[in-house]
Amino acid sequence: MSAPALEARGLIRRFGGLAATDNVSFSLAAGARQALIGPNGAGKTTLINLLTGVLKPSEGAVLLEGQDITNLSSAARVRRGLARTFQINQLFPDLSPVESLGLAISERLGRGADFWRPAGKPEIVAEIEDLLQRFGLTDVYDQPTRALPYGKQRLLEIALALACRPRVLLLDEPAAGVPEEERHDILAALAQLPADVAILLIEHDMDLVFTFATRLSVLVAGRLLCEGTPEEIANDERVKAVYLGEDAHG
Amino acid sequence: MIDVARHLRRRERWRLIEFAFWLAIVAVIAAFPARAALINEMLVAGLFALSLDLILGLTGVVSLGHAAFFGLGAYTAAITAAAGWNDPLLGLVAAIVPAALVGLLTAPLLLRGADLTRLMVTMGVALMLGELANKNAWLTGGADGLNFAVAPLFGRFSLGSMGVGPRNAALFSLAVLFVLFAIARRLRNSPFGVSLEGLRENRLRAGALGVDTSRRIVAVYALSAAYAGVAGALSAETTQIVSLDLFDFHRSADVMLMLIIGGAGWLYGGVIGAAMFIGVRDVVSSATPEYWEFWIGLMLVVLVLAGRERLTARFRR
Repeated sequence: MSAPALEARGLIRRFGGLAATDNVSFSLAAGARQALIGPNGAGKTTLINLLTGVLKPSEGAVLLEGQDITNLSSAARVRRGLARTFQINQLFPDLSPVESLGLAISERLGRGADFWRPAGKPEIVAEIEDLLQRFGLTDVYDQPTRALPYGKQRLLEIALALACRPRVLLLDEPAAGVPEEERHDILAALAQLPADVAILLIEHDMDLVFTFATRLSVLVAGRLLCEGTPEEIANDERVKAVYLGEDAHG
Repeated sequence: MIDVARHLRRRERWRLIEFAFWLAIVAVIAAFPARAALINEMLVAGLFALSLDLILGLTGVVSLGHAAFFGLGAYTAAITAAAGWNDPLLGLVAAIVPAALVGLLTAPLLLRGADLTRLMVTMGVALMLGELANKNAWLTGGADGLNFAVAPLFGRFSLGSMGVGPRNAALFSLAVLFVLFAIARRLRNSPFGVSLEGLRENRLRAGALGVDTSRRIVAVYALSAAYAGVAGALSAETTQIVSLDLFDFHRSADVMLMLIIGGAGWLYGGVIGAAMFIGVRDVVSSATPEYWEFWIGLMLVVLVLAGRERLTARFRR
């Protein structure tokens, strides 16, 4: 049995007296399609920040393919194969999708500090074209990112993370703010993500969660309430009480 | 049909208008030998503004203390010349070392805090260096200045203030500016350059793509400092004067004005802005010597509000 792709061991993060993440342990198998759900304020974003290295845990450890990465910076974790997307677009407004993807790919290939040779080497160009096609960005490839429709920006958000060729990908509400008629683009993009990449999806949209994930974890008040298949979670009385019930009211 | 390779290379190829730009400067030097000293001042300031563009325009890290490196370069060239190593090219190379070194050592101070912090830190470094130059009069001559003479370039072309000296000086400055500009231009189109633009646009995301943003900033700041050092050395060699006011705050502020007037982030902005700034100062100060900055102020307000972006957008992308 090989080590899980990503593992959290007893993660605790306190802000003052408040434990935003309270003793969370879970693991993500290689190629997993797992979702993390929970009501607002459950600590989902804090947990993502702990996993990606934006925040340091007060206690506990994060392991990537069995190796302790708790003390690595965000950038170092990315280079080890842990990429993420953001709930609120974090893009490069003045760069085009091509330049943005080229930046990510050059960095992954360790060419990011090359200040002399041109940015457009043939193998990088081919990979950029491939990503543009897979994410339906060919029609806006040379536009400044700030001029892209919001839906396209959401797709670029995912494409950029994938350009890092991660082995673990954390998707933070990929469909946030996307209008109903463009959601299928996001769903299609998620469906064709490489099967060997372990994915943790943080999402509010229950349709999306149940379509995508084969396993769900429920986070409530910083603690993992339960974990299981979509059916188990959908029928769990505790979950209904704290999450689905609230959702139905909202 | 999409052409990714062409889009990525669109800024690499030298365009006709760029050749025209550089040839026009040669023509201006040839046509106005009597104004060669003024043109030289524009070119030196242009190189200084280019150095600031690397860190401010390209990388988005503000500095209000770039005169520190300019002064350091100028004094290095002057001191080495006074000590007998007075070859102009040697002086330029010598100036790179302390400027880049001080840049490298102070760059970590820019990694934390907001823009205001960075403005204060960079200003503080310039103040300290200025006072060090003042205090160590045995080395710098202090307020009395320093006596030095630079040898003719390649042993033949005098850079002095007599005869064809100013013209030679202007051509020398132009050559140095052009070479360093071409290097900066190449850097801008490299993966390193794109990563600098990336961390300017969104440092959080650049880090999330694996960019070691701190190291990139330190590297480009040291490079920018080296460029400023060369500009300072060029100033010392072509005017044969150094004084403590090279470290002054207004020098740092002026170079930022020049860059903003010409437009930050596309490398030509500094060169154009410096020429405009010094040109306007020359014209207006002969008419109203005391109030010339009024017109610079007006120019700044108009340019920023009227959107210089629109004027230069065609040439920037």
